[in-house]
Amino acid sequence: MSNTLSFDYIVPGDDFTRAGEASSDVKHKLKKIGYDSDAIRRVAIAMYEGEINMVIHAGGGKVHVEISPEKIEMVLSDNGPGIEDVALAMREGYSTAPDKVRALGFGAGMGLPNMKKSTDVMEISTKVGVGTTLHMTVYAKR
Amino acid sequence: MTVNEVASVLDAEIVTAGDLNAEVKTACGSDMMSDVLAFVKDQSVLLTGLNNPQVVRTAEMMDMRCIIFVRGKEPTEEVVALAKQKEITILKTQHRLFTACGLLYSHGLSGGDRS
Repeated sequence: MSNTLSFDYIVPGDDFTRAGEASSDVKHKLKKIGYDSDAIRRVAIAMYEGEINMVIHAGGGKVHVEISPEKIEMVLSDNGPGIEDVALAMREGYSTAPDKVRALGFGAGMGLPNMKKSTDVMEISTKVGVGTTLHMTVYAKR
Repeated sequence: MTVNEVASVLDAEIVTAGDLNAEVKTACGSDMMSDVLAFVKDQSVLLTGLNNPQVVRTAEMMDMRCIIFVRGKEPTEEVVALAKQKEITILKTQHRLFTACGLLYSHGLSGGDRS
């Protein structure tokens, strides 16, 4: 018996209105467990930003979440175009999102920096033309 | 003030009601959800002119109690349905964003901490 719960989600790439469903579900589950509320907020923000990114840039993707009493780990992977310059993508205000995405209220270039700020560990592995995988960890107590 | 009092200050229509007696102290006004996600800390009211379901998602992630659509924007059916499901109050006011924020500020709501 392990103390870890794990969940998998598919993030559909063609439906902007559904982006956030996985984050919402994880948030709901964590609340039900009675997880630390600050940790829940940070997971919700990071994962939601990640979902939005996958819909905007990568045509959707997958999310794997593991919840243990000590930490929450999220792995977001996609088969999108990859990130050419990770350092640049991490810079606040830098965005490659098209105007139609800005009209929807996103694409301010705050996504990745905000994900880093909200999590305790964030690692990006990406290859142009192949895809991007993000590992993020949030500890129950900062 | 309560969500109910927010509605009365803004002369707003209650489109869908969550907890109208919820106490709110801080608010933020933005059409850019990216910025709401990045800069908001404990604000419980969101004023916006942006009208799509991601407004409700954003409010949900940030634990907000109330969304106010300004400039008389009519929230879409999807927006209302999602807010109902998440028990978030939606208000609609004819005031513009600046005026709506100003009215709430002068009635005691603040913008919260800068960080």
